[in-house]
Amino acid sequence: MKNTLRQVFHSPKFVIGFSIFAIILLTVIIYPLVVIADPLEMVGNGNFFKPGTYVSVKDAVEGTHYTLNIDVQSGSLDNKISADDKADMKDWLVKYGGVAEADVDINDTEGLIELWGTHYDPDAEQKGILASKKKYYVRLNNNLKGILEDSDLIIAKENSETGELEQANTIASKEFVNTKDVANRKTFILGTDNFGRDVLTELLDATKTSLRVGLIAGVVATLIGLFLGLLSGYLGGMVDNIITFVTNLFTVIPSFILLILISYSVGQAARGVNLVATIIGLTSWTWTTRSVRSQVISLRNRDHVNLSKLSGHSMMRIVLTDILPYIASYVVMAFILQISSGILAEAQLSMLGLGPSTSTTATLGLMMNWANLYAAPLNGSWWAYFPVVIMIALISFSLNLMNTGLDQIFNPQLRD
Amino acid sequence: MKGYKKYYGQKIIWYLITLFFAIILNFVLPRLMPGDPVAGIAAGAVSGMTDATAIQKVYEEYAEKFGVNKPMIVQFGMWAGNALKGDFGVSFSQYPRTVGNIISSSVGWTLALQLPAIIVGWLLGNILGAVAAYIKGAFDKVLLPVFMFISNVPAFGMAIILLTVFGINLKWFPTSGAYGFELIPNFSWEFISSVISHYQMPFWSIVLITIGGQAIGMRSMSIYELNADYVKYSRFLGIKDRKIVGYVFRNAMLPQITGLAMSLGTMMGGALVAEIIFSYPGIGTAMMTAVRGQDYPLLSACTLIITIMVLLANLLVEILYGVIDPRVKAAQQD
Repeated sequence: MKNTLRQVFHSPKFVIGFSIFAIILLTVIIYPLVVIADPLEMVGNGNFFKPGTYVSVKDAVEGTHYTLNIDVQSGSLDNKISADDKADMKDWLVKYGGVAEADVDINDTEGLIELWGTHYDPDAEQKGILASKKKYYVRLNNNLKGILEDSDLIIAKENSETGELEQANTIASKEFVNTKDVANRKTFILGTDNFGRDVLTELLDATKTSLRVGLIAGVVATLIGLFLGLLSGYLGGMVDNIITFVTNLFTVIPSFILLILISYSVGQAARGVNLVATIIGLTSWTWTTRSVRSQVISLRNRDHVNLSKLSGHSMMRIVLTDILPYIASYVVMAFILQISSGILAEAQLSMLGLGPSTSTTATLGLMMNWANLYAAPLNGSWWAYFPVVIMIALISFSLNLMNTGLDQIFNPQLRD
Repeated sequence: MKGYKKYYGQKIIWYLITLFFAIILNFVLPRLMPGDPVAGIAAGAVSGMTDATAIQKVYEEYAEKFGVNKPMIVQFGMWAGNALKGDFGVSFSQYPRTVGNIISSSVGWTLALQLPAIIVGWLLGNILGAVAAYIKGAFDKVLLPVFMFISNVPAFGMAIILLTVFGINLKWFPTSGAYGFELIPNFSWEFISSVISHYQMPFWSIVLITIGGQAIGMRSMSIYELNADYVKYSRFLGIKDRKIVGYVFRNAMLPQITGLAMSLGTMMGGALVAEIIFSYPGIGTAMMTAVRGQDYPLLSACTLIITIMVLLANLLVEILYGVIDPRVKAAQQD
């Protein structure tokens, strides 16, 4: 046993897979100890907030201000003028401003505005342009002037007696606040999802639930597969025929279809995380049964088994001591694969709307489903689904690596 | 030839038995669902009505129409009889559209998408895997981990990544549907080019996933075969490398064909979910609509069609296998 373990941990593939899996597992366990917030708390009011740190505007206005001698204009210019506007400005300059196209650099906002200031003239002759476009350029020009103007922003308060606005404070453009001074701030490393929940916290919670789904599905499938495989391989005869028939039947009927049908038939209300996991396990035992059966058949007539039989050992004992240890490596490998396919199956079911119907826990599949339903890909909210895809891929990648590593150790022919 | 007949006869009978069980599961399971879907539709029709007996009558009419008031076995007889005629009843969620109508409009899209994609992915994957095993070195060292990772990305994940990169950021391909929403299907150049550009992303997302899995399998099969005695012997005899590679490829291919048959159901399941990401109007999307609308006639027809497709594909692979595998051939000619 000790020797086998040492051998296993000498396989680079297994070690890499194991490390990735261990890191994921540890993160999932440790993170909730550090961040104690409810993973499904709807922090954001509105959907899909970008990743970043959010500070309270009120706190920032009322807090200590520092004046920094920094050119703030170019910083905010990039934000305030859209890429389309810049392209239009370039168009105008090249067509009517008499500027060579090579001189206009769209990425250099300051230079562009300087060029614009010197060349733009609303009364210049502009041929082949719609009147509305012409007006658009005038508006754009006025906007630019507004942005460039360096005036203080006035904060007003409403007088509770008269209802009039009174100047309370002014903010100059070069005033800054230190984010550490702002008491109320919140960092969303991966933004928020469609319900305004912190994606990172939710993701780690969902990973935990999905791993549980995989584990339950794997245990159920492996137990059924092991039991049926041992039974049919060891007993042979009629039992073997029946079990082989049923196994072949469920190998050919796609397990995904069975999964859909069973999940649908249990109904929306009953579908909790554990039930879905069990159903996944119930539909994916065929592979284990097949491989266990063929292994047992080849073991059945070995000398040590015959010796046990002659010694009058019970069937239970023969199976436990003379057969199981020899197929243990296959069973463990199949179990690892079952976990990864269980996680994937849950994700696919959830995408179809047949996943666990729960509002108290998230799973990786449900997160994908929500992101998809709320059109996250179409509105550019990559943070709502991309980490989920990566997480699913990483989990199944690490498990498969472990499996390949084990395979190479126990099937020396595959070693390269 | 006689042996072949027996071999294929047994296969076909076995698949017919499987189909029978699949049909029963398809029929029974969705109907076990708690809750009464007919009540939902009837409720829509009776909204505003106050007379209790009239409401009852409407409900009974609907129950009669969908046949839900009869015992399960009678329902099955009716359903099977109608299904043979291609009539799968009326869809609950898209009433009064018939299920047959929905299925026939979506099955073509799914077939045209998945069949070529899986075959192309399988071929490319096998070639790449064999090449990686043969060349080894850097090619193998780089490609293998890449393939391993790709094969572990779920199909819908790959779909969503392609959608984000090529559909939304680069704007190379349209993001949803099977053709431009303003077009009516016809045989004009405009329509066909729209279909082709909508086809790219769903197609490649399935191909990429399939390549990954197949390449790994083919690689390890080829390595196994390359170390076999017949290869060493052939080398001793001075047979050209190219010819040896041909032998190896053929031998490594056989388990890959079985592998294809075994994993076809899983692959199709994944690809069906990928359809949803692109709102591709195939069976996958129809299935999602059915689930959301608690529409079991549609759902069981969808699953039945997929089961039949998978069974047919499996049967085809087995027939092909009988022709390719010299061992089966020899056994039948004795």
